[in-house]
Amino acid sequence: MATRANSNVDRLLVEAVTTHQLGPYSLHLDAGECVTLSGPSGSGKSLLLRAIADLDPHEGHVFLNNTQSENIPAPQWRQKVCLLPADSQWWHDDVGTHFTANATNADHSTNEKYPYFKSLGFDDSTYSWQVSRLSSGEKQRLALARALMNQPEVLLLDEPTASLDPQSTRAVEELVASYQQETGAAVLWISHDADQRARVSKRHYFLNPDGLQETSP
Amino acid sequence: MNMITLTSFDLGLAASLVVVLALLSRRMQLGLEGQLLIAATRTVVQLLLIGLVLESLFSHVNLLWISAMAVIMLLAAGREVMARQQRRFKGAWGFGMGTLAMFISSFTVTVLALITIIGTEPWYTPQYAIPLLGMMLGNTMNGIALGLDRLTQTTWQQRAIIEQRLMLGASRTEAILEIRREAMRSGMMPMINAMAAAGLVSLPGMMTGQILAGIPPIEAVKYQILIMFLITAGTGFGVSAALWMGSRKLFDERHRLRLDTLSAPNNKN
Repeated sequence: MATRANSNVDRLLVEAVTTHQLGPYSLHLDAGECVTLSGPSGSGKSLLLRAIADLDPHEGHVFLNNTQSENIPAPQWRQKVCLLPADSQWWHDDVGTHFTANATNADHSTNEKYPYFKSLGFDDSTYSWQVSRLSSGEKQRLALARALMNQPEVLLLDEPTASLDPQSTRAVEELVASYQQETGAAVLWISHDADQRARVSKRHYFLNPDGLQETSP
Repeated sequence: MNMITLTSFDLGLAASLVVVLALLSRRMQLGLEGQLLIAATRTVVQLLLIGLVLESLFSHVNLLWISAMAVIMLLAAGREVMARQQRRFKGAWGFGMGTLAMFISSFTVTVLALITIIGTEPWYTPQYAIPLLGMMLGNTMNGIALGLDRLTQTTWQQRAIIEQRLMLGASRTEAILEIRREAMRSGMMPMINAMAAAGLVSLPGMMTGQILAGIPPIEAVKYQILIMFLITAGTGFGVSAALWMGSRKLFDERHRLRLDTLSAPNNKN
């Protein structure tokens, strides 16, 4: 069931996933690979990412390093296969509580509490910032830092730079690239910007009603 | 015990006050007179009927009939909880969740009080069992209706936040913890307020009734304290049970938020 003829194990393998009457979609990501995804709006790109993160009921199978999602408890699966939605949500008053309260598994030592802050242009004082006073760009960059706290093995990015200025966009792209190199994580990145797709990825999927089509970025 | 018996004339006088209020509402175009008169008529008919039922239950003490009465009261309370939900759970759970929670809490606490505290012989003596159960159900019903409504409404409003927490690896219990806490608070607030204000702001209805009927105040007070503690415990257990079931039903086994278990809002209320 879980094994494939291919001896080379994919980091992420999506097999004939259908969700909300869309699909079936199949795709695969190697370790350390960044692949972009585009398609007309309303074609179900975000729904596909939600299905991969197991947030919506779906048919078909998703494998992480050859282990089927059903065999991993759902909260753990979502820590490893992390979805960064287009709109991030914040529920505590200050920024810091979102980072400490979410570290459910205690392998984050206090010294390196915010390892990704610096690369995104933040510092330790960011901890005490009020969420209500963040700009949408700051929110989005902090959301990325928060997502990386779980050390995901697959990052699902839903238009992460749509609300960012060019400088912040570069900062996000560089952080994702260096995280990928350090950890060997795979990235599936929804982007409408052809220049960005060319910068961050070598492979690209185009999503249309019939399924996924692999094209050049 | 000297009891002052009320005559039909006495009740008629009180009723005329309600009629005057209805006339006033009509005069001032408040649009309340219809509802007011229907509710008042229902009070008279329902209470007279229950009076007759209780008279016959009290004169023939029979566990079977008393149980039948208790079940009818429970089902009526369950219907009421369901009717007060803006977004209720679809299918049998919409009715079953509140009813089951009330059954667990009200029946257990009532039977416990009858056997160990009041100690009547037999324990189901209807003069004690039926009014006690009625008071338990009435208050538990309010608590559960408020708590469940708060749970489902807030979950609906905060669905994006709940899903964000799930994306970051929270379990369903962690993701809904604060909402459940809020819902518990709104379910328990009426009882906590009633206990805090008892005797200072208001004399509780049951105690007032007993004093009017000629019971010495201190005896009435003791019963009132007993009743309030029983009601608080029953409401607390009932709301906890309902919220536990409710917050489970909102997610599936893969910790996905499943708002499709809720029906569309009911705008009648």
